[in-house]
Amino acid sequence: MSMHLEVENLYLYYKTLKGIVKAVDGVSFQLKRGEAMALIGESGCGKSSLSRAILRLLPRNTYKYEGVIKLDGENVMEYSDEKFRRDIRWVKISYVPQAAMNALNPVIKVGDQIAEPLIIHTNTSKEEALEKAAKMLDIVNIPADFINRYPFELSGGMRQRVAIAMALVTDPELVIMDEPTSALDVLTQANIMNEMKDIRKKMNLTLIYITHDISVSSELADKVAVMYAGEIVEFSDAESFFKEPSHPYSKLLLYSVPTLRVDREPIYIKGQPPSLIDPPTGCRFKDRCPYRFEKCEEKPPTVSTNGGFAKCWLLEKR
Amino acid sequence: MPIKNRIKNALKTIFFYKSALAGIILLLLIIGFALYTVYSYPYEKAVADWRAGEKTWLDNPRYALPEWITLFTGGNPPKTIILSTTMESRNVKKIVVPVSGNMSYIRIDMRFDYNYDDYPSEINIFFNSTFEELNPKIEVEWIKPDGENITLKSIVLNKEDSYYISVDLDTKDLLGQIVKEKLGLNESPYILPERYLFSPLSEDILDPQKVVVLNGEYTLRITGYLYEKNSDIDVKLVVYGKVYGWAGTDNLRRPISIAIMWGTPIALSFGVTAAVTIGLIQMIIAAISAWFGGRVDDLIQRITEVNLILPFFPILLMISTFYKFSIWVLLLVVIALSMFGAGVKSYRALFLQLKEFPYVEAALSYGASNMRIVFRYLIPKILPLIIPGMVLSVADFVFLEAALAVLGLGDPDAPTWGKVINDALRDGALFKGYYYWVLEPASLLVLTAISFALIGFTLEKIFNPRLREM
Amino acid sequence: MSGERLLEVTGLKMYHVIRKGLFGGKFYIKAVDNVDLTLDRGEALAIIGESGSGKTTLGKTILRLYEPLDGKIIFDGRDVTHIRRGELKKYRRETGFVQQDPYGALPPFMSIRQILEEPLKIHKIGTKEERLEKVYKALEEVRLTPVEDFINKYPHMLSGGQQQRVVIARSIITDPKLVIADEPVSMLDASVRVEILRLMESIQKKYKLGIIYISHDLSTTKYFSSRINIMYAGKLVEGGPTREVIYNPIHPYTRYLINALPDPDANNRFVKRDVPPGEPPSLINPPTGCRFYPRCPLFIKGLCDVKEPGYTYVNENHWVKCWYYEENR
Ligand SMILES: Nc1ncnc2c1ncn2[C@@H]1O[C@H](COP(=O)(O)OP(=O)(O)OP(=O)(O)O)[C@@H](O)[C@H]1O
Ligand SMILES: Nc1ncnc2c1ncn2[C@@H]1O[C@H](COP(=O)(O)OP(=O)(O)O)[C@@H](O)[C@H]1O
Ligand code: SF4
Ligand code: SF4
Ligand SMILES: [Mg+2]
Ligand SMILES: [Mg+2]
Repeated sequence: MSMHLEVENLYLYYKTLKGIVKAVDGVSFQLKRGEAMALIGESGCGKSSLSRAILRLLPRNTYKYEGVIKLDGENVMEYSDEKFRRDIRWVKISYVPQAAMNALNPVIKVGDQIAEPLIIHTNTSKEEALEKAAKMLDIVNIPADFINRYPFELSGGMRQRVAIAMALVTDPELVIMDEPTSALDVLTQANIMNEMKDIRKKMNLTLIYITHDISVSSELADKVAVMYAGEIVEFSDAESFFKEPSHPYSKLLLYSVPTLRVDREPIYIKGQPPSLIDPPTGCRFKDRCPYRFEKCEEKPPTVSTNGGFAKCWLLEKR
Repeated sequence: MPIKNRIKNALKTIFFYKSALAGIILLLLIIGFALYTVYSYPYEKAVADWRAGEKTWLDNPRYALPEWITLFTGGNPPKTIILSTTMESRNVKKIVVPVSGNMSYIRIDMRFDYNYDDYPSEINIFFNSTFEELNPKIEVEWIKPDGENITLKSIVLNKEDSYYISVDLDTKDLLGQIVKEKLGLNESPYILPERYLFSPLSEDILDPQKVVVLNGEYTLRITGYLYEKNSDIDVKLVVYGKVYGWAGTDNLRRPISIAIMWGTPIALSFGVTAAVTIGLIQMIIAAISAWFGGRVDDLIQRITEVNLILPFFPILLMISTFYKFSIWVLLLVVIALSMFGAGVKSYRALFLQLKEFPYVEAALSYGASNMRIVFRYLIPKILPLIIPGMVLSVADFVFLEAALAVLGLGDPDAPTWGKVINDALRDGALFKGYYYWVLEPASLLVLTAISFALIGFTLEKIFNPRLREM
Repeated sequence: MSGERLLEVTGLKMYHVIRKGLFGGKFYIKAVDNVDLTLDRGEALAIIGESGSGKTTLGKTILRLYEPLDGKIIFDGRDVTHIRRGELKKYRRETGFVQQDPYGALPPFMSIRQILEEPLKIHKIGTKEERLEKVYKALEEVRLTPVEDFINKYPHMLSGGQQQRVVIARSIITDPKLVIADEPVSMLDASVRVEILRLMESIQKKYKLGIIYISHDLSTTKYFSSRINIMYAGKLVEGGPTREVIYNPIHPYTRYLINALPDPDANNRFVKRDVPPGEPPSLINPPTGCRFYPRCPLFIKGLCDVKEPGYTYVNENHWVKCWYYEENR
């Protein structure tokens, strides 16, 4: 099967008072249609920036934005902003931003809010759009009579569902969800995850979903991408990843998860992620890596692994 | 290192906002000027000078423009020329020759170069004679560069005497007579004495458009007799110019620079003290209101509401009509009237949010008292947020003080910008075309306001994200 | 339990009062409703519940940041339920509080040194030099070393984990006997959570500190506390030794809570979690009887919705409040 999304050497740098922030620094990965990828990593490593880069939602202080993004083989980076807005954003790729549930417009009814992307991005009449919105409510498990309520009348879980419905209403092919359940309770999170499991099948969605919770990432992921300091240091299929990740960072990350059913004393990774303004040369993880050796002073190679690829000198085949 | 970094950061931020840089430079200039004034010109002296009355400034021209006006208008307007027998000068010669008995002949020559392209505004001669019973008698002669020699007047001098050539009626008649004769006219025309005395005598002298100033060396000659042994005459000639100093003079011949200079520290200290004190007091009231809540809050809110309904400016006008305040009492009144101002409401809203902050709760959890929380935890956090507003309000108070002075309700003694405008308006400066008189203090007012506004707005830009973050 | 009793809470109630609209009536949010709990010296107890279940309110009521409506708080043999002024201040010295948001918990305009000195100054502990010494010791205790690198910094210059260490240092600087930690790591990056909890554990053991961990995260609790209480809608519904509650949950809500939590496993995506639909009830008008009954599949009509279930002991240390268990054991 050919690839649905191919990202090659994607860069997104920001210009700030303190210097250039290399938030996305040469990222490449590929997804097949219908696959779900979990994007995990510590806070500030560039997860949200990567999603914004794919959606070309660039802040004003963008310093560098380049690379290749192919959708079904077509490089959409070459599209003009106008064409990208018309044909791609919210039409083929849609988005549930971080903390979306708190960003709903408080004075617009839930139904109108869900219908809005349809009206703006496609030529749908208001009636049709509202009809579609009602269907979306059903899909995300919101009672039908909520269509006329205002966001503040909804619980957090319901508002998050509304944000998801807004992303799905245009029948996109690819959905990017940024921390969709982080702010929610365990039971609500489990419910939304259950719903997402159905929805992705029903709509044949390709899914990128960002989380810092590795346990939750396993709820949907066919692929796992581990991001560290602006780079994807490991990309792997879920089976191999959760059995035994290849990159030292992934390993530590996985072993730092306190498990409920198995007894395994959780460990922690010493130190903090580096600044993205002056990331360390060579391997960016070297200051925290227990396996560090001489070679790590140079940029590690991308080595293919059982499940995908990883960037680490240890894995280099001699 | 951290301090160095902090300064570096502050500078970076300022350069990021060019307008703030402009504001700061402007303000530094204004402050520098104020400091210079305070150190170089003691306040008592300034007030004394300002209140001195016309006598003190008799040597100054009236309504003189500032000297730098030529930068805009071009030309070479006259500056004031003063010659006196009491000063050592090659241009002043005094000869006393005994004639017989106690009587002596006196001759005083005062020579000066006049190389301007306009007439002086006035010409006065002041005499100071010593004698016991017999008054000296003199004649005043005027010798133009072209040699024309006019005997202007004979005077029997009193001990202190003066001859205001420009307004002397005899002189006027005399000059009209001369012109009539020399030009063969039917009646004597009215000729401004300055014009006659500083132009070649020709037909042109009748036509203000054609007449030109005669440049060259002029001589004022005073000849006469002293009738007592110890009798003497001292003479001072003042040929008043049309420009004076860097600020000009007003209707009372006072240098406006006195008030322009002292107006600066007064305006700054009035504005800054009012803004800062009112800001701080309002903040403390708001903090107490928000933190204690309940009855305290109710009481403070009601007082504030009543205070807000009362019209501030009219009340201030009324009070200052009844009592003539010194500027510092006025400051106290302004503070008292604004203490429960709108700031109390808006700061209270900030404090109400802050009250719920985890760190405030933490302080409670380790036993901090109410007052400690208000002063150590609430106020320091809000302070940076209200600074932009404080800076902006400095301009308001500077204007408020000026406005009262302009309306004639300010401190009657203080040499302030508002007072200058008030004097100018009362003298009808704008009708008479003495725009500099109003524009100088007005533009300083505006510049001061702009400098605070530029800084205030930038600070607001810097602090506002934090406002939203709360 | 064998140890010496530090805290004994019985029948504790705390309702938040809210007013709706200008002339609207008063409403009560029954955030803590008849809660009993005990804590021994040097023990770590966890209180687990979803957000809005009243955990924070419970913690703050025990700390006397809220005035209890009813019930008793016995601390170290003293009744502290309604103490005031001097006595309350003394109680504040003997208790510590660690909040959820470390950045929010630190006054941003104070240096770390000033922050840590505050409780000492307030309680007039030591001379200036002794206070500084205590600050050094506390920073070493939370491993912010070398101390010189941190003591003059401001909170925003530290990472979230470091900020939380400062908060912890502050909470123990007056040598308290009880620390209540309200979701101490939920705002932190997953990778530093374990580190912070390990730190708290070591301090707790070293000083025989009683700690109440408030959390919504069962799996972390498992490694850091010896006993667990499960809270739902303002009430505790099950309690016992941590492992026993996790491996042998009795209350339907506890079971769902455990079901809902995934462990990292590639097979998760092929199965759905067995969780009840719906959301916790409003605490203004909570359901009568058992507050979980509207979502409970085992609900016994005419009993669960009428009468509040009482304590049923599974064994000596493990209790539950559930009619179904009571009737079917
Ligand atoms: N508009 C921007 N301008 C400058 N820097 C930015 C901007 N947006 C993000 N950054 C910085 O880029 C880096 C990556 O941010 P990003 O939001 O992508 O991280 P993240 O992995 O999503 O983190 P989190 O888990 O906290 O959401 C961070 O250092 C962040 O401070
Ligand atoms: N200060 C307060 N005023 C009014 N209601 C409050 C206040 N604090 C908490 N509540 C309400 O009390 C209930 C319990 O809240 P809380 O104790 O914070 O629970 P948790 O810590 O478990 O999330 C919630 O319904 C919450 O909205
Ligand atoms: S390249 Fe070296 S430092 Fe980097 S992860 Fe691999 S072993 Fe560790
Ligand atoms: S008491 Fe009844 S409703 Fe409540 S948990 Fe038990 S069975 Fe369910
Ligand atoms: Mg993010
Ligand atoms: Mg809470």
